[in-house]
Amino acid sequence: MDEDGGNRGELSGAAKWYELFSRGARDWLRHDEKVREAVRANLPEIIAGGDVINGGARTVRVPVRMLEHYHFRLRRPEEQQGAGQGKAKPGDVFSAPGREPGQGEKGPGGRDEGEVQLLLEFKIDDIVDWLWEAMKLPNLKARVGPSEETDWIREGWDRHGARSRLDRRRSFKELVKRRGAPGATQTFIDEDLRFRQLARRRQPALHAVVFFMLDVSGSMSDRDRKLAKTFFFWVVQGLRREYRSLETLFVAHTTEAWEFNEPDFFQVSGTGGTVASTGLAKVREIIDARYNPGRCNIYLFYASDGDNSVSDAADARSALTAIAADACFTGYVEVSSGLSRQLATETGKLFAELQAAGCAAGSYALNDFEDVWGAVRHFFTAEAQAPESP
Amino acid sequence: MSEGWQSYVRRIEELAARSGLEFYRVDFEAVPDSFMMEIAVYGLPVRMPHWSFGVRYIYQLIQRHMGHSRLFEVVFPGNPGHAYLAESNGLAENILVTAHVLGHADFARNNLLFRRCQEQVSEHIVEHAANHARQIQQAIEAHGAQRVEAALDAALALEQHVDIDQPLRRERYPEFLVDPKVLTDDQFRKRFAALEPLAGGSAIEVKKRAPLPPHPERDLLWFVANYAPEMESWERDIFLAVREESFYFYPVFASQIMNEGWASYWHARLLREADFIPQQAYLDAIKCHSDVVRPIAAEDKVALSLNPYHLGFAMWEKIVERNGLPAARAIMQQDDDFSFVRNHLTRELADELGLFRYNARSDGQIKVLEHDLTELHESVLAPKYNFGAPIVSASHVRNDGTLELTHDSTVDGRGLDLERSRKVLDYLQRVWRRPIVLTTVNQAGSALELTAP
Repeated sequence: MDEDGGNRGELSGAAKWYELFSRGARDWLRHDEKVREAVRANLPEIIAGGDVINGGARTVRVPVRMLEHYHFRLRRPEEQQGAGQGKAKPGDVFSAPGREPGQGEKGPGGRDEGEVQLLLEFKIDDIVDWLWEAMKLPNLKARVGPSEETDWIREGWDRHGARSRLDRRRSFKELVKRRGAPGATQTFIDEDLRFRQLARRRQPALHAVVFFMLDVSGSMSDRDRKLAKTFFFWVVQGLRREYRSLETLFVAHTTEAWEFNEPDFFQVSGTGGTVASTGLAKVREIIDARYNPGRCNIYLFYASDGDNSVSDAADARSALTAIAADACFTGYVEVSSGLSRQLATETGKLFAELQAAGCAAGSYALNDFEDVWGAVRHFFTAEAQAPESP
Repeated sequence: MSEGWQSYVRRIEELAARSGLEFYRVDFEAVPDSFMMEIAVYGLPVRMPHWSFGVRYIYQLIQRHMGHSRLFEVVFPGNPGHAYLAESNGLAENILVTAHVLGHADFARNNLLFRRCQEQVSEHIVEHAANHARQIQQAIEAHGAQRVEAALDAALALEQHVDIDQPLRRERYPEFLVDPKVLTDDQFRKRFAALEPLAGGSAIEVKKRAPLPPHPERDLLWFVANYAPEMESWERDIFLAVREESFYFYPVFASQIMNEGWASYWHARLLREADFIPQQAYLDAIKCHSDVVRPIAAEDKVALSLNPYHLGFAMWEKIVERNGLPAARAIMQQDDDFSFVRNHLTRELADELGLFRYNARSDGQIKVLEHDLTELHESVLAPKYNFGAPIVSASHVRNDGTLELTHDSTVDGRGLDLERSRKVLDYLQRVWRRPIVLTTVNQAGSALELTAP
């Protein structure tokens, strides 16, 4: 090992071992690693903090405390006596400065430890991996539709082929083999040549489109939108694990519906009532215009406080059913901070009906940031177990 | 490092020897500040790896960035001793530090507590610690970093729990109770037995197994290493390695006031008497000295802790002035901080230094208490009892291997911090591998049991 007290000193000109190696840094790194392990064990709580999504960043910063190596200690007393120095008379009373009294000496493991906070940076990809492990989330089944996405892939060799596909290594092997026989020619002959062959293969559609639909009507507070945003963020992370190409589409609605790009989507706020069917119709419109449901996996996640206008029920139902028929999964999160109505709302009922009808659908009531992971787990478990939609 | 300092080393050594200091040769080595910092963190130039040192390292870094704590030297007693000096020291600082180091070397060679511990640990603790580090590195290669870390978590958590009144290489307890009849070295029994055979004839000799431990055992590192039911030998070695290092650290800890005071007294005195030091260097060195032995409270302010350099220095000045150097040397040889403070921190000196006792409430209110010399002594010494740790003993091992630990709350005055104690039990349970029960008291003073798992 690098640390060898024995070779201290007289190597003339050579760098001393302690200039090449810092034990303090090594043990510090190990401490960091332990902190990461601890953070990892408590990820859902930490991630739910809500402030983790900072505009497309691939890392999140988590404030953590330094670890303490525990020793037997006496309970912290109500009153503690100590010795001090300075101009003070018996009976003087003053308030303590920040420091703990009586800790002058260098005992192993000082008591002041634990006050420094570290900011640790984590890669979002790592976090998602850990979460999937920790939460035992199932991997999603990609719905492999019949696909025209064909691809040429390399398959086998032949003695005939285009010059450009000549496999020199392979051909040379053939030459070597043939030369072993008595009386063989030493140069390449046509029989030695090998050409790579290509075959046409159908690829399963590993392509997903996720619609995020957000109710931005007057009844949705900032906090509600932030909750929805946090939830959407982790859904994207989850789906990204499964699909090579993931398209995200953002639709917001009040009594009308609009398509947004990602940054604007989370900023938008509207006034007025809620007509869910407008949003659903917008989604339908986009699907019809741009996507072939047979070729890609469509997901819809809808966040709302559930107060859909009663007169819209029939329209919303038919629009939703139409989308569900083509989608891998439709999910509904009810963000209603403070009021936990547990899905007993207009919109909640719609999705309950859909689920009862055997469609791949799920609902979850999201009241607080701590629920975000419950919601993610709920949907991904439900999706993985959902029946193949017709 | 400023050259030129080397030329003064010999002359300072000669002056020190003429002044009555007795020390083994000290090898001086100038090292970068970063390495000085590591020595301060680990306590030894090369020591076993553990993440808790990383935590201390970060704190040390922060402290250094905040401009606190500059380290001039670290000295390791031995024959020869080894002193590391910071490369950034100037000439004056190095002259001062050289004299200071010789004071430490004198102390380490003559103080009985130091000598006893060094006889146990040998005079080569630096090399031993480096060996432990290597041995642990080998264990990591053989058994994996995680298992080694688990053993170190437990061993280092108990690092203060040694009994330095016992030898370092200690025999296991006798397995069987000693039959009083076979005590042949007892003159009375011999003569009594010679008088007439015991009535009743041949009593059947039944060997009785001794209880484990035969008495409450404070040396937890030793006890666990020797009696853990399912520990592997390399884990026992780790416990014993940590224990050996604790034996080395104990005198440093338990005589800090005396030792630093003694070294400060001597660097001040040797500087005064060294007529060969250039005027400017002398002034710089004296300035540096006054920074080192400065009370923590500047001018009118009040400090809630004491600078051991300052306290020790003031006490030694007083002792030499009052009793003369030979008496001071005798005290240096025989005392540790406990007897030193109790016997020699007098009322006048305490008043002169402006020492006081205070009571700190948990809400942060601090009240200065009435003068009481005995109580003041105890307040100064309280953090030093039992290596600064609560008194926890192994009291019994049950037939199923359950370890019973008992906290002596009558001496400590209150119960253990439960959260921390639970964590320590968790560490320990991973090497003891059977249940552990710890008895302490709760806030109300009634008995409380913590168990792991």
